[in-house]
Amino acid sequence: MYFESLSAALHMDGHGVFVWSAYLATTLVVAAVLVVPKRREKLFFRQLQGVLKRQGEDS
Amino acid sequence: MWSFFHKLGSPPWLYQLSGTILRWLLPITLAALAVGLTWGLLFTAPDFRQGNSYRIIYIHVPAAVVALAGYYVMAIAGAVSLIWKMKMADIAMKACAPVGAAFTFIALLTGAIWGKPTWGTWWVWDARITSMLVLLFLYLGVIALYEAFDNKEAASKACAVLSLVGMVNIPIIYKSVDWWYSLHQPASIKFTGESTIDASMLYPLFLMIVSFYAVFACCLLMNMRVEILQREAKTGWVKKLASGAGFNKGRG
Repeated sequence: MYFESLSAALHMDGHGVFVWSAYLATTLVVAAVLVVPKRREKLFFRQLQGVLKRQGEDS
Repeated sequence: MWSFFHKLGSPPWLYQLSGTILRWLLPITLAALAVGLTWGLLFTAPDFRQGNSYRIIYIHVPAAVVALAGYYVMAIAGAVSLIWKMKMADIAMKACAPVGAAFTFIALLTGAIWGKPTWGTWWVWDARITSMLVLLFLYLGVIALYEAFDNKEAASKACAVLSLVGMVNIPIIYKSVDWWYSLHQPASIKFTGESTIDASMLYPLFLMIVSFYAVFACCLLMNMRVEILQREAKTGWVKKLASGAGFNKGRG
């Protein structure tokens, strides 16, 4: 590791707040674009299963 | 070769293929992303002029590169959809827009955060930054336009035309730092000519660019799978999947 301690890595000579906030925001956005379609797919199957179940009960 | 392109038009085949690809691509992407982020953030030396703030390059540049590449994909898919009326191309175009918007947002946000310690300001209305903002509006425009139409065929046509017209913005983004006086620095990585970035900084940057491309591919495939399911909801193969029978139920 380039930095000598964890506090040095966090502080980054005064630039830590900019660097870490940029990395955190990026991680959140990337996580969101990966998670959202996965959740939509699960929700789709859950809703369709409900529809198919109701159709089965009706017939 | 041609049979492969014909198969691309088959929703169940594409759904199954994308599931298989994602099962491998997603874990590899996440691992590459973790290595690239840690490498750039903690293991590279600071820049002699910008200090540690330059570490934002490892997310800012890959996000900007993928945001532009994503627009090419969206416009090409739009053209294919418009000319050959390919359903899967329309689905790809629609799936591209939110992912491209997310990467453009990351590029703009990290650029603003990087600008503060480097230029002393979060934002300037210079050519590069403004044209990137226009790119974000183009992506958001495609998303909004799709939702604005009840007739999906008309929506597809309008979005394809908007995507193609928006292509005029791409060379402006690329050349803006050369054409106009700008706070934004010119490109450090050059395909023709020598790059002005040290190899110790270039390797993690290259890994992050590849990782972001892979994230884009994963998100594109996942969005396409949802869109395929929604459009094919009344077909037998989707009902079979929902009831637990058939091929793997989209665990990609």
